[in-house]
Amino acid sequence: MKTMTKKQKNLLLRIVAAAVLMAVLLLLPLKQIPLLRFALFLIPYLTAGYDILRKAWKGIRNRQVFDENFLMAAATIGAMLLGEYTEGVAVMLFYQIGELFQSYAVGKSRRNISDLMDIRPDYANLETEDGIEQADPDDVETGSIILVQPGERVPIDGVVVEGTSALDTSALTGESIPRDIREGQEILSGSINLSGVLRVRTTKEFEESTASRILDLVENAGSRKARSEQFITKFARWYTPAVCYGALALAVLGPLVSMLVFHAPGGWPLWSDWIYRALTFLVISCPCAIVVSIPLTFFGGIGGAGSKGILIKGSNFMETLANVRTVVFDKTGTLTKGNFAVTKICPVESVESEDPGQAETGDPERTREEAEDRLLKYAALAEIYSSHPISRSLKEAYRKPRMSVRIGKSEERSGRGVITELDGQRVAVGNRKLMEELGVFDGNRTGQALSATDQADWACSRSFAESPAEQGPAVGNRAGQTYPTGDRIGTAPSATETGTIVHVASEGKYLGYIVISDEIKPGSAEAIRALHKAGVTKTIMLTGDTEETAAAVASQLGISEYYARLLPADKVGKVEKLLGEKRTAAGPDAEPGKENKTAAGPDAEPGKENETAAGPDAEPGKENETAAGPDEDSAEGKRKSAARNIQSRKGSLAFVGDGINDAPVLSRADIGVAMGALGSDAAIEAADVVLMDDDPRKIAQAIRLARKCIRIVNENIWFAIGVKLICLLLGALGIANMWLAIFADVGVMVLCVLNAIRALV
Amino acid sequence: MKKTYKIDVDCANCANKMEEATKKTPGVRDAVVNFMALKMKVEFEDGADVNAVMQDVIRNCKVVEDDCQIFL
Repeated sequence: MKTMTKKQKNLLLRIVAAAVLMAVLLLLPLKQIPLLRFALFLIPYLTAGYDILRKAWKGIRNRQVFDENFLMAAATIGAMLLGEYTEGVAVMLFYQIGELFQSYAVGKSRRNISDLMDIRPDYANLETEDGIEQADPDDVETGSIILVQPGERVPIDGVVVEGTSALDTSALTGESIPRDIREGQEILSGSINLSGVLRVRTTKEFEESTASRILDLVENAGSRKARSEQFITKFARWYTPAVCYGALALAVLGPLVSMLVFHAPGGWPLWSDWIYRALTFLVISCPCAIVVSIPLTFFGGIGGAGSKGILIKGSNFMETLANVRTVVFDKTGTLTKGNFAVTKICPVESVESEDPGQAETGDPERTREEAEDRLLKYAALAEIYSSHPISRSLKEAYRKPRMSVRIGKSEERSGRGVITELDGQRVAVGNRKLMEELGVFDGNRTGQALSATDQADWACSRSFAESPAEQGPAVGNRAGQTYPTGDRIGTAPSATETGTIVHVASEGKYLGYIVISDEIKPGSAEAIRALHKAGVTKTIMLTGDTEETAAAVASQLGISEYYARLLPADKVGKVEKLLGEKRTAAGPDAEPGKENKTAAGPDAEPGKENETAAGPDAEPGKENETAAGPDEDSAEGKRKSAARNIQSRKGSLAFVGDGINDAPVLSRADIGVAMGALGSDAAIEAADVVLMDDDPRKIAQAIRLARKCIRIVNENIWFAIGVKLICLLLGALGIANMWLAIFADVGVMVLCVLNAIRALV
Repeated sequence: MKKTYKIDVDCANCANKMEEATKKTPGVRDAVVNFMALKMKVEFEDGADVNAVMQDVIRNCKVVEDDCQIFL
């Protein structure tokens, strides 16, 4: 009871007083003195409902007749005048109990939401010339230095300039594992500093900071009203007057019809009976139960989702989200990490030259491991001065000391790779062009060697393991050997390379290659499964990558369709086409000729999607050319059949992107989901749902939450309207009395509100 | 121009009525009342005098729901 407002406490007191008074009056033998009885019952009646009467009077003066205060006043006054004192007081009493309950529940869930979203910081420890000073976060200018003590909430977004710590980001992302933070890293407001003191240079103003923006999003979400909310508003506007006129008709026409048609005896008893029925109507006419439960459900649902790191920008998006049947993913950054790590090291046999004896005698597994290690070492050390993303991935993968290798002159060849002297040997690391220039792939064997390297990666380590001792010219050997092995690789998940290939050669001799590809996120496959389980019928992946990469990722994750080699602009076209198909499929004027308009043709540019790769002339070893080729026709055929399949689709389409360059697509889809996009204003602006971290499993969770919310809304609508209509019917027939009416009214409201609160969990 | 105001009102239906009344006020292009957040978003016509319009809005809201408040 501590959490009640003054207004609520006051009302509770009045309700209790009126109830006690009424109980006492019922026990007193007052039957013989009607006037005294009336006067005495007036006391609890006025105690419970004086404000209702006052409001009703004001409503009449303001010509707002059909307002629930007027209805309650009319019903209870009518009951008192009919001599039904107990019922008059009881109706007023229960109506007030209902009001109190509603106001309490609404206040409680308001508080719950603000507790869940309790990320608003109260102060910032601002570093000034005279030491540390507690300042209002609003007054801290961008670029100031603030201190964040252990246990405190980070007030403003910024960059750590001093100190290391662990951050609890659960309020932002729903992720419970603390994140380690050190100098130079960006931290977001709303997270809690767990261990060390951090000095932070703010990079944003308070209003622009993550915490403020999230709160703003959640608080304003209810302003975009859902269809069901609009329906209820309209319903309420229509329902109350309709019931009032119904009551009037009942009071006047009822007795007349009874007398004329059924020849019932006229007189006061007949009239009073019908007036009583009409008053029962008025009691049921209050629409508040339904009207309150709908926004309450959406509020709870949006707030509950927010506390799990899913920001839904409006009640209307809840509805769309619940209806999602097709989910379109942008690959990089959503299903894959977008980080480009070394995923495969494929040395060729000739690497053994350093230690020829070992290959013959040693365990082939060990030998291979060593060869892989050596290859990676060469590549990483050769790229040591380069800052290209590819070399970063190589260096990241090779985290060992330099050992005794002497690093000499290093030369970077733009768009090809690097050549570095290691222990006096010229080690070349780069793409095929570089290898060709250096004559590593030479003569008419080049073509063979290339197709072998590009297409038979799964075979490479196997072929190596199978014949570790074999010596000879690297290129010829590979070419000759992988072809037969290539036939056997049908069991492998992919027969072609997916990713960027970096070739390594030393002194003109081919040592092998390293594959760098985008890692699939650990939760991606589970996310796709969960989506299908949640009723999504179609998952589609869009990517700028090669056909091979797309096929491999799609089959690994169980995605039903993919479209590869799309430029960012193509993605908009693709999503529009999917949307268009959905709509034309529904309408009578479907245009089948439009199908292939935006399908990526053979002239589409490969591999443009990946932001992490630098410009086109600084990519050592992008071997995407293999995509264009013999499989083009079959791919085109697949697209056509896919397009036909899509026509049978219903429901809405969600697009999931990382928000980096897909803002246009996000706004174009029925519902745009941006993940891990807290840093990107454009994405937050364009998306309808923002996932605070980048876990793809959250999408299915969001859909489940939305479904639950919509289910509750529908339950409430049907339950409340259904019970009211039944009570109206029973009331008109004279079966339901006022007691039943008020119980129905308040009971329905309580049940609806309780049901609505479920959405919060 | 859009502005957000804090409001106080007791019931959801009353909030809807306030929204209606505000929408009908001259100088207001559109209005949304968010009952759960107790906030009101008002979009004004171009060149409207915000303060004068809001005084009208308050008067109109008081007519439909006496027990409401808008904090300017």
